Amino acid sequence: MILLSAVVVLGVLSSLRFQSTGWPRFLTPALHRNLALMTLVFLGLHIITAVVDPFTHLGWLAAVVPFSSYYRTLWLGLGTIAFELLVAIVVTSLLRNVIGQAAWRLIHWLAYASWPVAVIHGFGTGTDALSAWFVALSIVCVVSVTIAIVYRLLQPPADPLASARGEFRSGVSRRPNQ
Amino acid sequence: MSGLRLLAGPDLGAGPEGYADHVRRLGQPTLAGRALIEALVRSGLTGRGGASFPAGLKWRALASASNGSAVIVVNGAEGEPQSHKDRLLMVSRPHLVLDGAFLAARTLRAASVVVYVGEEHRAAYAAMERALRERQQAERRITRMAAAPHRYVAGESSAAVHLIDAGIATPTTTPPHPREQGVAAAPTLMQNVETLAHIALIARYGDAWYRSAGRRGAAGTLLVTIAGGVAKPGVLEIEAGTTIAEAVAMCGGLSEPACAVLLGGYYGNWLPAAKAWDLPLDAEALRAGGVGLGCGVIGLQPASRCGVCDTARIMRYLAEESSAQCGPCFFGLRALSDACNRVAERGTNRDDMARLKRWAVEVEGRGACKHPDGAVMFMRSALSTFADEFASHPAHWRQQPA
Amino acid sequence: MKTEAHMTIDRIKCEGHGLCAELLPELIRLDDWGYPIIAHGPISKPLAPLAQRAVAACPVLALALRRESRPR
Repeated sequence: MILLSAVVVLGVLSSLRFQSTGWPRFLTPALHRNLALMTLVFLGLHIITAVVDPFTHLGWLAAVVPFSSYYRTLWLGLGTIAFELLVAIVVTSLLRNVIGQAAWRLIHWLAYASWPVAVIHGFGTGTDALSAWFVALSIVCVVSVTIAIVYRLLQPPADPLASARGEFRSGVSRRPNQ
Repeated sequence: MSGLRLLAGPDLGAGPEGYADHVRRLGQPTLAGRALIEALVRSGLTGRGGASFPAGLKWRALASASNGSAVIVVNGAEGEPQSHKDRLLMVSRPHLVLDGAFLAARTLRAASVVVYVGEEHRAAYAAMERALRERQQAERRITRMAAAPHRYVAGESSAAVHLIDAGIATPTTTPPHPREQGVAAAPTLMQNVETLAHIALIARYGDAWYRSAGRRGAAGTLLVTIAGGVAKPGVLEIEAGTTIAEAVAMCGGLSEPACAVLLGGYYGNWLPAAKAWDLPLDAEALRAGGVGLGCGVIGLQPASRCGVCDTARIMRYLAEESSAQCGPCFFGLRALSDACNRVAERGTNRDDMARLKRWAVEVEGRGACKHPDGAVMFMRSALSTFADEFASHPAHWRQQPA
Repeated sequence: MKTEAHMTIDRIKCEGHGLCAELLPELIRLDDWGYPIIAHGPISKPLAPLAQRAVAACPVLALALRRESRPR
């Protein structure tokens, strides 16, 4: 959850073209990418340990088919969904050259679905869900991501040509006679 | 053969020449296919849309690229504000233009023809539409009209293709060029209406006939628009190689003394009058001298008007006509325009002059289309031709707004 | 025959993120408005891997490396 939240915050900062003295622009997306890959590794470990845990009797199917487990069906299913969304996001990012910018962008937006689903999954399935440290950690993560997203929504587009381009386009849009 | 060729025939003010009259006067084209292409190559006819590219070579390339799916775009957008030649041709001799278009369609095995006319040129659009209805069924069936939005770059090749394909007249990244992948991803011939009209005549009388006109070693005739500063401004058909001075005389002479000439429209060059008078109006000869014929607009700058102020006005227009797709063009032309207008309004200063020179170098070649390049060439020619005026502005009095 | 790599840029896709200039300052600098000015000519062998990284880092895939073969 911590890693994933950091990844989302860094993603938002990338689209905001964040930079400061000593922190060049390229660092933000680069860190975002590396942490995302790391998240996938830890996620793999998390899934493996959850599946082999003798207490939960999950079976490998539960890791890929949502809502197929008997143990905490709903909450675990959400985790499976979040996992699969994440895999889609990472795979399309690695293959961005092949699929093109438009398709990549469309799938990457699923990140905004994947994160809350993962957080809710954590609350629903975790045995430590109500312990103080987990709640505190969750609050920090949720607040950080929320602030980042709200800030992003309030900012004008980072592309300086966004409005001028749109204005020109609307003036030259016609349908030729058939 | 009289001096006039494209503009020969019934009085130009009488409206469009109908199909029956056109055929009665000129007969039908006799050259076709390979023979026509080779005649075009031998004639040396160059495109009249601004780039002056040899038409025969263009047709040759398209003939090999086409496999029956080619598209012919008749470019009558005429986005250059001071140019009137294309409109005049479409309004008075639409069938010459259409002849050229359908010759292209048959020779290059095209599947369709699009007649692309500036939406603001209503009379020309109507004339072409009406003329199309007079053509035979086989020609009408493959042709459609398209209106070019009223912006400067709408007539640019990739913008025209973009409008026809997707309904948005913004230039697109090339390669791939329209000649390889244009409308519907098919090889596309983008040809100016005047060029097509010349081709319609060459297909009847041959390349030797085309070359029989011309002065000072140049071949053929061409249409130019003399803008302002003469007794009778307007469109002229002149022999290639005619000097600017001779063309001015054909328009009744100067109405007031001129200090400079803007040759080729807003992407063209400012030239000192003394240097301009003897320039032959021929694409090849001008290119050898480092300037271009462009779309054939000859703008005479009266000595009573301020070159700096007029340059600033045109730069503002060119900046506003950027399609805002590429940063260097949108921001660069705006910056150049702002600096130029500051000099025009508040007087010269070292910083703005330095900025003009620096940005002119940095902006060139860094857009997806040639709009920034054209604007920069225009700006540079102004800095050169009006060097004294820029250095001393506003030591002399300023003229009234345009 | 030798193969040369040239950097090409799609000026319409470019949105002035500027990561390329940070990663390849030897060949790319930014103009007054944040858009890249790319040095002309082939990319030298030592800079090739850095150029590849700069191309990969572009958030909008505006950069590409074009290979050209020319006779020695």
